[in-house]
This record gives sequence, C-alpha cells and structure tokens, in this order.
Amino acid sequence: MSKIKEEKKFSPARFFIGFTLIFIVAIWTIPTFGVFVTSFRDSKDIYGSGWWSVLPHKDMVKTDEFELPQDTDPDAPITLEGVTATFDEWRQGLYTEEGRQLRWYGNKRARKIEVYEEKWIGFGSNLSFSNYRDVLSGGKISYEDAEGNTITRQGNNFADAVLNSLAVTIPATIIPILIAAFAAYAFAWMEFPGRKPLFIMVVALLVVPLQIALIPILRDFTNWGLYGTFVSMWLAHTSFGLPLAIYLLYNYISTLPRDIFESAYLDGATPFTTFVRLVLPLSIPALASFSIFQFLWVWNDYLVALIFLGDRNRVVTSALAAMVGEKGQDWHLLTSGAFMSMILPLVVFFGLQRFFVRGLMAGSVKG
Amino acid sequence: MNQDKKSLGSYLITLGLIILAVVFLFGGFNLLQRMQDYKVLMTLFAVFWGLGSVALLYYVLNDVAQNMPRKIRSVAVALVFAGPAVLLLIWALVLPTLRSLRLSFLDATGSKFVLLDNYRFAFTDPIMLESFRNNLLWMFFGTLTCVTLGLIIAVLADKSKFEKVFKSLIFMPMAISFVGAGVIWKFIYAYKGEGINITEIGLLNAIVTSLGGVAQPWLLVPFWNNFFLIVIMVWLQTGYAMVIISSAIKSIPEEINEAAHVDGANALVIFFRITIPYIMPSIITVTTTILIFSLKLFDIVRVMTGGNFGTNVIANEFYLRQFTYGNSGQASAIAIVLLVVIIPVLAYKVLK
Repeated sequence: MSKIKEEKKFSPARFFIGFTLIFIVAIWTIPTFGVFVTSFRDSKDIYGSGWWSVLPHKDMVKTDEFELPQDTDPDAPITLEGVTATFDEWRQGLYTEEGRQLRWYGNKRARKIEVYEEKWIGFGSNLSFSNYRDVLSGGKISYEDAEGNTITRQGNNFADAVLNSLAVTIPATIIPILIAAFAAYAFAWMEFPGRKPLFIMVVALLVVPLQIALIPILRDFTNWGLYGTFVSMWLAHTSFGLPLAIYLLYNYISTLPRDIFESAYLDGATPFTTFVRLVLPLSIPALASFSIFQFLWVWNDYLVALIFLGDRNRVVTSALAAMVGEKGQDWHLLTSGAFMSMILPLVVFFGLQRFFVRGLMAGSVKG
Repeated sequence: MNQDKKSLGSYLITLGLIILAVVFLFGGFNLLQRMQDYKVLMTLFAVFWGLGSVALLYYVLNDVAQNMPRKIRSVAVALVFAGPAVLLLIWALVLPTLRSLRLSFLDATGSKFVLLDNYRFAFTDPIMLESFRNNLLWMFFGTLTCVTLGLIIAVLADKSKFEKVFKSLIFMPMAISFVGAGVIWKFIYAYKGEGINITEIGLLNAIVTSLGGVAQPWLLVPFWNNFFLIVIMVWLQTGYAMVIISSAIKSIPEEINEAAHVDGANALVIFFRITIPYIMPSIITVTTTILIFSLKLFDIVRVMTGGNFGTNVIANEFYLRQFTYGNSGQASAIAIVLLVVIIPVLAYKVLK
C-alpha cells in the first residue's frame, strides 16, 4: 500500500485515523503503565490514592490535625471555626469559610479533627525501589498498612522465583530445539522405516491439548521421584513444545539444498558432523524464531508449573499467583512482583520482535 | 571409505563414553537436589547440567550407532536422530491420551470401572453446564472482539506514519504472562468497599465515581463479570490478530488496489470487495487459533476469580476436579471432552 503512504499529507481522514489509533494505544498501554507506576509508590500512598495522583493535580491535602477537648460531647452539635454541625456531618467533612475542610477522624471517642486544604500536588510523591526490595528479599520486612499499623512479615523471596524461572526456562527452551532439530533433519533427509507415519504422528499431535497429558504424566513423575524438580519441567515443556518445533524446523530444514549434504558426505563427514557443522548454523533463523516463541511460552506458563512443581521451586508465575491468593490487597507487593515477572519477556520481546512475529506466523497451528 | 572392522579400542572408548554419560546424568541430578541453599549456583548448574546431558546423550548415542555393523548403520543413525523426539512424544502425548481415555471410564481413584458416569457428570452437572456456557461466551465474544479490533487496528495502522510504534504497543501484552495480566487487571477492577471518604484506587471505579456513578466490585457482578474477564483476553490477544492480519494486508498486490481505484471504487468498496476477501485465509487462521485458545482458557480465570462467582470455565473445572476434589475420573473425562471439541476446529485449520 505504498501508494497511500506516499500521500502523507494532512487531511481530516488522516487526523481521525491518528486520533483513533492514539486512543486505542492509550487504552492498551495505560493498564501496564498504572502497575508500573504503582510498583514504585509507597505502600501507604497506594491505599490512599490512585496511581494517577502522582501526576500533578489539585487535590485535598491533609495539612493539620488537632484534638477536641475531652469534655466535648460528640452527641450534641459541635461548633468549629464558625460552623455548627452534628457528629455525622463532621465525619463526612465540612468546609469552613477559608475554604478549608475539617473532617472528624475515626469514631466518636477519638475526638480528632483533620484539616484538609486544596493544593497542587504531584511529582513530590515519594517513589522508590523499596517495594522491589520487599518483594525480592527473603528476610523479614516491616511496613505500615492503611490503618497505620506496622506489619512485619516474611519477605516474598521473589528473587528465588526469578532464579527458578531461569533454571526452568533456559534448558526448556534449548533442549526442545536441539531434539527437534535432530528429528527434523532425520525426517527431512534420512531414510528409515516408518518415517512417513511417524512424521504424520508428530503433526497430528499438534492437536492434543496439554490438559489431557497432565494427569498421566504427573503420575509418572510422582512414581519416578521427579515431582517438583527442574527435570520434570524440562521433560514436560520439551515434550509439549516438540510437535510445533519439529513441524517448524522440518519446514525449514527440508528446503535446504541437497548439494551441501552430498558434498559433505563425499568429504567423509558423518551425518552427526554434517548436522552440527552445517545444518544447525544454516537453520539459525528458524531456530531463533522458535526459541523466542518457546522462551515466552515457558516463562509465562502457569498451568504446567502449578501442576509439576507444586510449591517447591516456585517459578515467577506461580509465586505471583500465590501472592494474589494470599495477599490480594498488598498492591505494593503485587505490582512490583508483576513487573519483576514481566521485565525479561518484555526485553526479549522488544529486542527480538522480528523473529517472534516470524515464528508466530509459521506457528499459528499450535493446539 | 571408513574401515568396516572397528578396533577393540573404539569399542572401549564407546563403553567409556556410556559410563561417563550415566555418571553425568545421575550424579548431576543428585548434586542438583542438594544445591537448594545456593540458589545462584544451583541455577547455573541446572542450566549447564541440563544442556550438557542432552548434548552428551546425542553424542554417545551417535557414537554407539557409528559402531554398528555397516548394514544397519544408516538406520541406526537415523534412529538416534529421530528416536529421542519420537519416544518423548509417545510418552508425553500419545500414551497420556490413551491413559486419560482409560481413566475417564474409571472412578475417582482409578480403581473401579464406572462406564459413562464421568461423562454424564461432564455433560449434566450444573457447574459443568455453567462452564460450557462461559466458554461459549469466551469463544463468541472474545474471539469476535479480538478479530474485529485486530482487523480495524491493522487497517488503520497501515495508513499511519507511526505504524511500527502503534503496532508494537498493541502487541506488547503478548509478552506478558496471564498471571501478570491478571494482576494488572485486578488493579484496574480494584474495589475498596463502602464507607465514608473512600478514594477508589482502581482505575475503573475511579472513572465511574468521577462520572457520578457508584463504585462496583466488578468481578462479583453476576454474569457480567465474565465480560470483565473476557476484556483481559481481548487485551492480550488482539495484538496477535493484528500482526497476522496486518502482514496479510501488506501482501495484497498494489496493482489490484490501483485498478479498483482507477475504476472509481471508494475506500469502503475496496475494503469489503478486495481487502477482506484477500485476507480471508489469515482471518480464518486467527479466528481458529483464538477459538482454541478460549476453549483451553485457564490462567486468567484461575488468577482472577478462581472460577467462583459464576465465572468457571472447562479447563478450570478440570483443574479443580483433579487437584481439589482428587477425582481423576471426572478430570480425565473433562480433558477428553476438551480434546474432542478442539479436534474439529484444528483439523479444519490444518487441512484448509
């Protein structure tokens, strides 16, 4: 559509298109941005105001507080700074003549009045990395909650989860590629009995949803003493990734020119050396596409980790999901944890988007 | 060519390699289990050992195959290449399908034959019916919205100067896990409860209250909460639809559009008469992929509501049956139903 692109002059239609796109993109990015901002906010601030309040805006800010004399009767109308009202009205908050707002804090016995004034705020909001420290560390952490109580609890040890995720993901990305490349080469260029039916089996297995395999495999892992180990995750993710990997790599490797294999054999190379020296280096584009696909899939997977790892060696997704269950309102931990789990895939994604898209197009068949 | 008779030495080397591989495999596994207290070291070792084992395994197996008599050597080598993949697939997908099928006719513990009881449960139990209804909602509304939005964005972005940036940002959620997306959207739907001087910290409730509405616990609103969950899938998957459709649009030959333009067709006519028919195969691919995705949907519901408040889906009920109720018979029956429902969609797509 280069013709249209050449006419990039201003016109109402183009303005409308640009506006619509910016609108949609804003909707798409604001949710992530909100979590990003929140992850840097003080835990107390998070409960007090929405994350957007870090942007400069006019708001009621608490500037002072004072206590009423002990003999004040909360059940009778109370006069403060020229305004008379009942307890319930004071609790809602009332404006004085100078534009200040007075609010009764807490119950009747508290007798505490808070003074609010309208002010420009923002940018001054205290942003820090302390939430990340709290969520990553394994030690004891104390912080103040919405009511001002100091809470001390065990850290979330998210750093361990990140390491576990790495230990699961890196092998579970490379092993299936290696195994699939060997198999794809055999299916494409070797003669052996059962080649056709076996390859059809591989393609047919693209259909199988992995739910169907979970229970039997879990039984095997429990019997073999592999439950909760990294090996179980590697085996599971490798096997589940294989049909797609073989299919993609077969499509690529089978189009390599026959001549190069023949000249390699004439030079006395074994299939193994041909594979390692020739096929693997030549297939790098296809290998890269699949590896990004597999990396994101394994890193972001929750179901397989939940079932085969249980509570041992929690990976980032299961650690985060556990936090949602146990500490659903601790937004300072949830947001920073969520962002910790996203950083690596986002870097990989933006860095290698080109390969990812290619893999996605070729792999749109995964079941 | 190579000498056919292998010397005793080469057999000994092969034997040594086999022993080395076995020691590396089992020794490494034991070592890995003992490293729990040194996490960084453990991670490095896990990666090294995992990758090393696989490489060593292929190397040793190939060496064994090369030592075979010449007649069967080439087949042996082919088996070394294709064998591990085939064995893994048989163990992890072929046999489990059959084992699940068998389990689905047995009772909760897999010891007694119960005929079709589990399937009767799968198709008549109220919670299953609710799950089927919700999956249909996901399939219909989720898929329709993803594909339509993806198509609109792809068409609009194609006419914009900043196409790359727009597309990257829409596509970005694809890199985020469902659990991460769950946290992001839980925060959007956050509800603080009723009370005086409450500042809503959830974006949706803040917007609603600033417009004069009443804050709602969105994930608890019966029936409609399904749609608040579907929004999350739309957020995650529209980028995928957009990318595939966008590349299809770019592959439309320029001449066709120009010819239509010359013939006096306006933008709308070109869109419906040329663009849509041309990219139909891509639209079908995207639709079937997202359909299958919404059939197997699990993580979003698991994290957001746990399947409570009328939001249950089949894959979550599968999980609950197996791991909360410990009923492998019913769980397996659900998995088989899932497979049977998915096959026609995927078969259509692969055969097309």
